[in-house]
Amino acid sequence: MENPFRSEAAAFRFLLITIGAFALIVVASLISTTLGIVVWLLLSGAAVWVYLSQRGAAPEREHVEHVGGPDEYRVLVVANETLGGDELLSAISTLALTKTARFLVVCPALNSRLKTWMSDEDPARAVAQDRLDATLARLASVEIDVRGEVGDSDPLVAIEDAMRTFHPDEVVISTHPPGKSNWLESGMVDAVRVRFDVPVTHVVVDGQDEA
Amino acid sequence: MSAHAETLHDHHGPPEANQSSRVDARTLGMLLFIGSEIMLFGSFFAAYFFVRVVNPSAPAEWPPPPYEFPVFVAGVNTAILVTSSFTMHWALQSIKRGQRAGFLAGMVLTFLMGLAFLITQVVEYLNVGFNTGDGAFASVFFGLTGLHGAHVAVGLSLLLMVIIRGFRGHFSPEHHQGVELPGIYWHFVDVMWIVVYATVYLI
Repeated sequence: MENPFRSEAAAFRFLLITIGAFALIVVASLISTTLGIVVWLLLSGAAVWVYLSQRGAAPEREHVEHVGGPDEYRVLVVANETLGGDELLSAISTLALTKTARFLVVCPALNSRLKTWMSDEDPARAVAQDRLDATLARLASVEIDVRGEVGDSDPLVAIEDAMRTFHPDEVVISTHPPGKSNWLESGMVDAVRVRFDVPVTHVVVDGQDEA
Repeated sequence: MSAHAETLHDHHGPPEANQSSRVDARTLGMLLFIGSEIMLFGSFFAAYFFVRVVNPSAPAEWPPPPYEFPVFVAGVNTAILVTSSFTMHWALQSIKRGQRAGFLAGMVLTFLMGLAFLITQVVEYLNVGFNTGDGAFASVFFGLTGLHGAHVAVGLSLLLMVIIRGFRGHFSPEHHQGVELPGIYWHFVDVMWIVVYATVYLI
C-alpha cells in the first residue's frame, strides 16, 4: 500500500476518506452502539483488504539515462566479499580493453540486521573500505579508469544510489556461486534486472574467503 | 585508458550524506515524524478508551453528568479546520500551476482558519465548565484535545513560515517542497482532529 502521507495530495485524499469513514461510524453509533461497532469493524476490514490487495506492487522499470560522451561507457561494479576475485578482475579488464570504459566500484557495507538497527555501521564500512582500497589499487596499477565508494548495507539500495549519481551503461555484479551467495538467494541480481533497463552481467567468483 | 583511481572518502570536509533512494530525504523525515506522532496520539487514545471503556468504574454516560461537551461549537470548529485543508490543497495546487495570488490567498486563509480553530478551542476551555481535576474524563478530554491543539499551534508556525517565504517570492511550480511538507502535516493534524472529535465528542 502506498503511504497515505507520501504527498500533500495523497494526505488530502486520506483526509476525505477519514471524514467519510468516521461520518459513517458516528451515524451508525447514534442509531445503536452495536451497529457502530459493526460499521467500525467492516471499515477496518475494508482498510486491511485494501492494504493487502495493494501490497507488493512491483515498482516500475526505471530508465537509466546515458550521460557523458557518445564513446564513453560507464560500468558499475558491485561486489563485497568477492571484490578481489580473479573472475571479477578479469571481467573488468576485458571491458576496459574493449571499450572506453569508466568504472565505479561500489562495495556495500554488509552488516547484520541487528547492527544496522543499532546504527553500528562503522566496522562494516571499514571492512568494505579496505576491500575497496585494495581492489582500486590493483585496477589503477593497470591503468583502468576507476573510482569507488562504500555503499548502503542493502546492495539493492547501494545500486539504486549509484544509478542516480553515476548513470551506468552496464552493471557488473559479482557474487559467490549459487548455494553460497546470500545475494543470489535473495534474488538481488534478478531484482536489478527487473528494476533497471541496464544490461546486467553476473560474475561468479569462487574460492574467495568469507568475511 | 587513463589512470585515475580515487575513493570518495578522500575528499575534504564533512562526509557526503548517505542517499536515500526512493523517498526524498525531507519527505521521509516528515513521514517518520508523522509516524511518531501517530504513536503519541495512540498512547493518548489508549488512556481515553481505558478511562471510558475498560475502567470498571467507567461512567455509564459520557461525559458523566452534570458535565456536557460543547458539541455544536466543536462541530463548527471541525468545519473550520476541515475547510482549512481545502484551502491548503488549493494553495499547493495554485503554486504548482504558477498562480501566485491563489497560492498566497490559500495560505493566508488556511492560517486564519487554523488560528480561528485554536482561539475557539481556548474559548471553549474557558467556558466548558470543568477542569482537569474534575475526574479522569476531564483529564483525558483536556489531554487529547490539548495535545491536538499543540499540534495545530506547530502547524500554524509552519504555515506562517510558508506565508512569509511566499510573500518574499519563494516557491515556484518547480520548487514547492517547502509548501508540500507543511501541507502533509496540516492534513495529518486534520485527520487526527476528525478522530478526536468523533470519538470524544460524538460517540
